[in-house]
Amino acid sequence: MSVIVRLPSQLRVLVGGEAEVAVEAHDVRSAIQAVEELHPGLAARVLDDEGKIRRFVNVFVADEDVRFLQGLDTVVMAGQTVSLVPAVAGGC
Amino acid sequence: MSFAIGLQCRECKATYPSEALFVCEICFGPLEVQYDLAAAKGVVTHESIAAGPNSIWRYHDLLPDTGVGPVDLGAGWTPLRRADRLAAVLGVRELYLKDDTVNPTGSFKDRVVSVALSSARRLGFTTAACASTGNLATSVAAHAAAIGWPSVTIIPADLESSKIAMAAIFGGTVIAVEGTYDDVNRLCAELVSEHPDWAFANINLRAYYAEGSKTLAFEIAEQLGWRTPAQVIVPLASGSQLTKIAKGFRELDELGLTTGAAPILFGAQAAGCSPIAQAFAAGDDTVTPVRPNTIARSLAIGNPADGPYVLDELRARGGDCGSVSDEEILECIGLLARTEGVFAETAGGVTIASLRQLVNRGSIDRDQPIVAIISGHGLKTLDAVVDTATVTHTITPSLAAAQSVLSPHLVMETSS
Repeated sequence: MSVIVRLPSQLRVLVGGEAEVAVEAHDVRSAIQAVEELHPGLAARVLDDEGKIRRFVNVFVADEDVRFLQGLDTVVMAGQTVSLVPAVAGGC
Repeated sequence: MSFAIGLQCRECKATYPSEALFVCEICFGPLEVQYDLAAAKGVVTHESIAAGPNSIWRYHDLLPDTGVGPVDLGAGWTPLRRADRLAAVLGVRELYLKDDTVNPTGSFKDRVVSVALSSARRLGFTTAACASTGNLATSVAAHAAAIGWPSVTIIPADLESSKIAMAAIFGGTVIAVEGTYDDVNRLCAELVSEHPDWAFANINLRAYYAEGSKTLAFEIAEQLGWRTPAQVIVPLASGSQLTKIAKGFRELDELGLTTGAAPILFGAQAAGCSPIAQAFAAGDDTVTPVRPNTIARSLAIGNPADGPYVLDELRARGGDCGSVSDEEILECIGLLARTEGVFAETAGGVTIASLRQLVNRGSIDRDQPIVAIISGHGLKTLDAVVDTATVTHTITPSLAAAQSVLSPHLVMETSS
């Protein structure tokens, strides 16, 4: 299934400056892996040494924080967007 | 002159020049402004500070470089009020209120916005923006208006009506998002990649913005005669204010400007949005996000960016974190107003109610000095109190009617 992975400005250099990459994937983990295969280096920026989402990276599927869903196992439907967003932002 | 020398990642310690960066390019950790404190020592003195203006800019040496000068509506140098009547009710010996209700737009946000937009102007930005629970939007819009910049402020759609009006009156674009503040924040974190020419005060300017909160520590120390208070209680939203107050006291100590130990820091949250209090109580190192549901809208951040650092600071010297109900918040807004003549917004009710809770719990030492941060004015959250704060009697305009309700033994309630 084709899904869209949306990248923050800090990661776009890894994918030739694009803001979005379309890949075949069924969940968050496979979406990140698919981008990694096209553009090596992305996974290491988003995932820590244990393969978990880094502390300072937020991941959203269809605008919903995957920490409220199933994390890397969160299902991504065809046409949905997986957004990678720096966690450090906002607030008082 | 500013002694700022660049930015450093709080996590991996990578260093960067003083540019428009906010997260580490390597690990996504937060960037912080670094200063050459060794060079500042002996140059920044009690006298040099006292010779400065009665605003946060008296500490310009310890704030980011402003280039042509600050964007300044006069934020800071707010009163540190001795609060003996409230102290008596709470059963504590020496209590002070850092009264940030009197800032130009009515909240402590003027400190951080003045610093953020000063840096933004130096860096060549020409549009101000932010994600906000209300107070920040007002301050950004006001400071932008004062220098003729357009502003784009983005807020949750269901904010208090007074906060929406305050944000809108300055003529900028106000975008209401049908969602929580965390939704607004996520949207803005994505927008910043699409509008790199916009200075989002609390996102791409965050490293600079956050420095403004240090001035709370600087002022408290100076107003106490360059003595550190034993204990400080701070309302928590993203947690940035508390971590920067800690940084401010550390910098003063490093410069040899203060006497006394580093203060024990305490946090204050509403029970309806208490992710940091919950993590603290559970002994966790990370903060699990929550969905906020509290009248303390300015603190309703369910996914606090600086949460893990707040936990570190709270634990560093034996602090604690309060978590109080909406009823307690309203009760303590009234208590503060009746005892000290200070009208605080809901966040101030959170701080005073948490102070009471932590004194009763024994976490706060009632015999040691305490400073409570009162971060915003009550006029900002009138909606929260209009049902309870209302007329005592309604009468016809006759002497008899007046005398019938004003009995001779009438006395005002003055305490709890």
